[in-house]
Amino acid sequence: MTHHTDPAAPVVEMRGISISFPGVKALDGVDFRMFPGEVHSLMGENGAGKSTLIKALTGVYLIDSGTIALAGEQVAFSGPAQAQAAGISTVYQEVNLLPNLSVAENIMLGREPRRFGAIDWRAMRRRSAELLAGLNLDIDPGSLLGDHSLAVQQLIAIARAIDVQAKVLILDEPTSSLDTDEVAELFRVIRSLKEQGVAILFVSHFLDQVYEICDRLTVLRNGKLVGEYLVEELLRIDLVQKMIGKELTTLDDLEQRARSVVVDESDAALFVNAAKLGRRGAIHPADLPIAAGEVVGLAGLLGSGRTEFARLLGGIDRADTGELTVRGKAIKLRTPRQAISHRIAFSSENRRDEGIVGDLTVRDNIVLALQADRGWFRPIPKRKQDELAQSYIQALNIRPGNPDALVRNLSGGNQQKVLLARWLAIAPRLLILDEPTRGIDIGAKAEIQKLVFTLAENGMSVLFISAELEEVLRLSHRIVVLRDRHVVADLENDGLTVDSLLALIADGSVSVEEPGEADAAAPAVTAGAAVAASATAPAPPTAPTTDETEGGRR
Amino acid sequence: MSAVIARLVASRLFWPVVMLLALFAINLIAFPGFFAVTVRDGHLFGSLIDILRNGAPTLIIAVGMTLVIATRGIDLSVGAVAAISGAVACSIILGSPEPGSLATVAVAVTVALLISLVLGVWNGFLVAVLGIQPIIATLILMTAGRGVAMLITEGQILTVNSPPFKFLGSGFWFGIPIAVIVAAVVFGAAALITRRTALGMFIESVGINPEASRQAGVRARGLLIAVYTFCAFCAAIAGLILTANTAAADANNTGLFIELDAILAVVIGGTSLAGGRYSLVGTLVGALVIQTLVTTVYTVGIPPIATMVFKAAVVTIVCLLQSPTTAEALRDFRRRLGLRAGKGVVAS
Repeated sequence: MTHHTDPAAPVVEMRGISISFPGVKALDGVDFRMFPGEVHSLMGENGAGKSTLIKALTGVYLIDSGTIALAGEQVAFSGPAQAQAAGISTVYQEVNLLPNLSVAENIMLGREPRRFGAIDWRAMRRRSAELLAGLNLDIDPGSLLGDHSLAVQQLIAIARAIDVQAKVLILDEPTSSLDTDEVAELFRVIRSLKEQGVAILFVSHFLDQVYEICDRLTVLRNGKLVGEYLVEELLRIDLVQKMIGKELTTLDDLEQRARSVVVDESDAALFVNAAKLGRRGAIHPADLPIAAGEVVGLAGLLGSGRTEFARLLGGIDRADTGELTVRGKAIKLRTPRQAISHRIAFSSENRRDEGIVGDLTVRDNIVLALQADRGWFRPIPKRKQDELAQSYIQALNIRPGNPDALVRNLSGGNQQKVLLARWLAIAPRLLILDEPTRGIDIGAKAEIQKLVFTLAENGMSVLFISAELEEVLRLSHRIVVLRDRHVVADLENDGLTVDSLLALIADGSVSVEEPGEADAAAPAVTAGAAVAASATAPAPPTAPTTDETEGGRR
Repeated sequence: MSAVIARLVASRLFWPVVMLLALFAINLIAFPGFFAVTVRDGHLFGSLIDILRNGAPTLIIAVGMTLVIATRGIDLSVGAVAAISGAVACSIILGSPEPGSLATVAVAVTVALLISLVLGVWNGFLVAVLGIQPIIATLILMTAGRGVAMLITEGQILTVNSPPFKFLGSGFWFGIPIAVIVAAVVFGAAALITRRTALGMFIESVGINPEASRQAGVRARGLLIAVYTFCAFCAAIAGLILTANTAAADANNTGLFIELDAILAVVIGGTSLAGGRYSLVGTLVGALVIQTLVTTVYTVGIPPIATMVFKAAVVTIVCLLQSPTTAEALRDFRRRLGLRAGKGVVAS
């Protein structure tokens, strides 16, 4: 084919790619292309289909329909090895090299130079040394991989990927474990590869990095293509809007109710107060007061620190700075168990790995936390367990309504309801819900939203995290916005709109060097962001004035 | 009716019970008096009683092993712990001026059991606190334990002449062998404690999803230590029975390879080595299958030199039946069979 030599032809061209898993359409007719010598980014929230698309390209998943062309030629990979042989190299987020082998062995594994049938160790070391030098890495190829930092290991993984003469290099979240200097080093390497004509797919949820290094980006949402854009032509706020999308609301009345409720914010009613609570590498120290009966929404992109912050409050991870007070008393949370004994429940976003116990029954899953709190020696009587299970199955409309069914056989939405039942059974005063409505159908979503609202009306505090801003706006009395692991705003949900929130999330442009300064910067950001919102977004009917959004606390 | 059968087949106990019955049938054909139980000298007597009595030590250890495996762990050190407890008991009895007195035996047994608790806590500490993989953690005691037993016996086979001790291994109570009674008590206690309290649910929960259990407030660390301690305790009881039966402590051979039989009993009983849901009744059936297998070798007249090969063949078949690849292949085969049958109907 003549396409090979044409520099304007895409090196990767995927058309109409669809992939279904049981019950889910992971990709629905997605087009995707990459050009030689460009850095391309694939953007989208969780479940958008980014990794599915990458796995389709690298031969890990077989596609149900659509075509893939590499350098103009149709290909059908039946495994990752074939894709690699064809010039598509992938460096995964989790470095998947062998820590107990040498750097050289890792780089050349499976492609060792041979001489008379035996491995030519000298050639192997020489070739690895050349590759490392190309990346400006001054390390001994004979040293053990495990002795190097994660960042260096990441670069070694890239050296391995380059050695296979890649036409396409896929970097999946390569910077999530790197610090600023290491990121700069990686970017230098990316730029030099780009000059050599390699097409690079850079997947990251750090917007700043995407805007720094990428030329073009493709946005996916819910398995569908939103569009392909040149980075320089797409405003950040528009990007975020495209990633998150807008969903028609089915529960508009809730919104009105949420806003009409007056929360008692006197100190006496303050249930939890986090003061400068933080954890290195997860979330910069931040404040978060939550009153009894208040629903606080955490808004921010994936990786903004929204989950990390919530995990500190739930005792899942330990805070290394700051203080947490529960009803005026300072407490230290070292384990989830301690949080539970203070009636703080944390429902993880990772339902499968951190939520359900799949091989136990619905009943066991519902009583698990309550039973753990009582201790093993005081079992909840069988009759009481059945009552509990039955009442929650009815109240939350769990299907199938069989307490003896194994949880792993339930649908995602019903598993989520079982988890909610588990936490409600301990009668929490603060319920932390991390993405409780992700990946579940619209009906279950509405039920869960309604439940959150009813709970708050009855005096329970709720910390609500969701990637869907409409949902956060609908349910929250107050909204805390996070960006790049900082709290950038803390606002009353009064006159806020999706657009003003988007502005804060995308462009809260604070550059904070020292932990703690985030607080000082926040009010200024609030005002600035509101202006930005009205400037860049089409004005919605209830466009906020600067005065209204300045009602932010702090 | 077919629904009842379908549920029976789906039960985890179905295949183990079928195997046990098959072994019984083979024995009955080879030896028509297999099921006969008679009373001689006031003691129950017969092949079934032999199976129960000889299988008791394996069953006792398998009960502890079931709980360990349910937490996603494994305990390879049970044989060594059995040897240590036998060595401790025998050396105390030998060192006492009155080896035949009941008090001496009581002290010897108590000390042996207490030491096993320490050993169990050690295993649990390595696994739960230091986070060492269970197979490695218990391998340490598996190898070191025999050495410890050797030091206690000073390299000798300690033969004791103590009727109360001997009674533990070969005595009878109301006509029933003491070993069988002890096994029944251990089995009953384990079933009661784990199923009447919330312990069983916690063990399964930790075995299925440790992180979810932690977030739900389950104290996994203490739980693991308790489970490994209980397993070592079971091993010590079995070691005492084995030692008492021969009235001799042999550091090298007491409980040799019993960990493998115990693990096998658990697996045959339908508890997955991947942890999670466990069945003590399944383990009971598994232990009986293994012991009946040994008996079968004698009744059918397989030469003793072929015993190991015969056992290996049966174990291989069990493992093949339970492997995911086989299950997948069987499912595939059935599906294709169904398809072909369907096509046949269309064609006709």
